[in-house]
Amino acid sequence: MTLDLSLLPDGGVRWLDASGSHSDVVLSTRVRLARNVDGYAFTARARDGERLRVLAQVRDALRALPGMSGSLVVRVDELDPGERALLFERHLVSKELAGLESQHPLRSGAAVYLSDGLSVMINEEDHLRLQSLQSGFELRAAFAALDRVDRDIGARVPFSYHPEFGFLTACPTNVGTGMRASVLIHLPGLVLTKEIGRVLAGLQQMGLTYRGLYGEGSEVVGNFFQISNQTTLGRSEEDLLDQLVRVVGHVIEREEEARRVLLRDAGYIIEDKLWRAYGTLRYARSLTFDEAMNYLSGVRLAVGLKLIRGLSVYTLNKLLIFSQAAHLSAAEGRSLTESETNLARARYVRKALEDEAGAVG
Amino acid sequence: MLCDNCHERDAVVNLTTIENNAVRQLHLCEQCAAERGVETSVATPKHPLGEFLQAVQQQSVPASADAGRCTFCGLTMKDFRATGRMGCARCYSTFEPSMRELLRRVHGSARHIGRPYRAPQDEVLERASVLGELREKLRRAIEQEQFEAAAELRDRIRVLE
Repeated sequence: MTLDLSLLPDGGVRWLDASGSHSDVVLSTRVRLARNVDGYAFTARARDGERLRVLAQVRDALRALPGMSGSLVVRVDELDPGERALLFERHLVSKELAGLESQHPLRSGAAVYLSDGLSVMINEEDHLRLQSLQSGFELRAAFAALDRVDRDIGARVPFSYHPEFGFLTACPTNVGTGMRASVLIHLPGLVLTKEIGRVLAGLQQMGLTYRGLYGEGSEVVGNFFQISNQTTLGRSEEDLLDQLVRVVGHVIEREEEARRVLLRDAGYIIEDKLWRAYGTLRYARSLTFDEAMNYLSGVRLAVGLKLIRGLSVYTLNKLLIFSQAAHLSAAEGRSLTESETNLARARYVRKALEDEAGAVG
Repeated sequence: MLCDNCHERDAVVNLTTIENNAVRQLHLCEQCAAERGVETSVATPKHPLGEFLQAVQQQSVPASADAGRCTFCGLTMKDFRATGRMGCARCYSTFEPSMRELLRRVHGSARHIGRPYRAPQDEVLERASVLGELREKLRRAIEQEQFEAAAELRDRIRVLE
């Protein structure tokens, strides 16, 4: 099976278009629901045949849903490693579903339904992981879209549900609502003013948690944090969302305040630092991923502070995704060594910035 | 000041919570704060799963309650402690007392108050499964260019839909 993401509107990355609210600070909003089909062992303990039956059952249910009829079905278990890495880098599947983690080899029956802004992973840690991904800070919209699909599938496929514990999941940390709502937020102001430690400690006191760009277990790079609810049980979906909306709203205010302080107290130092980041990206001949992410963080901040004008947030968002290793390999049509990847990355970033350079000032 | 929760030990943590839009101030001792998942030391980035696995290991339910094996998937509590993952839905009933305590530790509550759910009735499922089979037959019939059979299958699918 070959992967053709051009079949999806905008390659499945409409969430990069910076159309949502607060999109200069909040890159994207994601809400996911974990569900299991009753009558089968959870994915990790299920036999190959059971996983394929789960896939068939969900496929029948999804085929009957009007909202999912135009979706692209990808049998992840039939893709080569490069294609799976591409799906992962595009945030369309998890690392576990893509079989890219050493402790979780690729499973038979691993598949994903991709529709505009909505996806359903099948045979992930749970049989179903329904996910909604939106541009900017749009928690309620993301949940509303997901809730409809969840009810529709749940009316056709019996989910594992316990009257006291709620929806049952492989990991007890997801039991109850099965909902994890998260916001991918860029906080360079709080990092530069060294306020970030206090803010993150505050999140944990509120029952929220944070991760890096790629979710669980990933490092924080480029000052991107994924803030999400930690508990899934004992509170309603609306309650969990309300709290996240409130707290993230507060974090955005703190970030904006930190940016104002930076400009006021260290204006020319910051301006110089950020233009240097732009200069490096514009002219460097080799860039590691971490370097690119850190300079892009600087340029994104400069655009947010209106120190650099004429460069769109959409372009910066695309750079985050398309300058990753599997994307660069796919663009070159062959697998690249690490040093080749760094050269290709610098070339790609230079070209993208060059295209908008006329307007930058 | 004494702890608002146990009224025994000195309060060392001021916890501000927001519940139903109301801000509440709690003064807690280290132990009660820890039970609510509040760290008294300065927070450092932590792996959420690490805390969870720690909670799994600290369970105080007597070992006898953990004896046995899930009748559906064969999981034991020992397996669960090694991976942190349940094997199937039945495991939650098999190890219910242990799970209730674990969920309480992890989430602060073991009672679901989110959206309730009722699984579809058997007849709905039966129909869905028959529909699935018919659609598969239809696909094969079209592939093999058996158009008469395909037309008949399509009619049967329409009736069921």
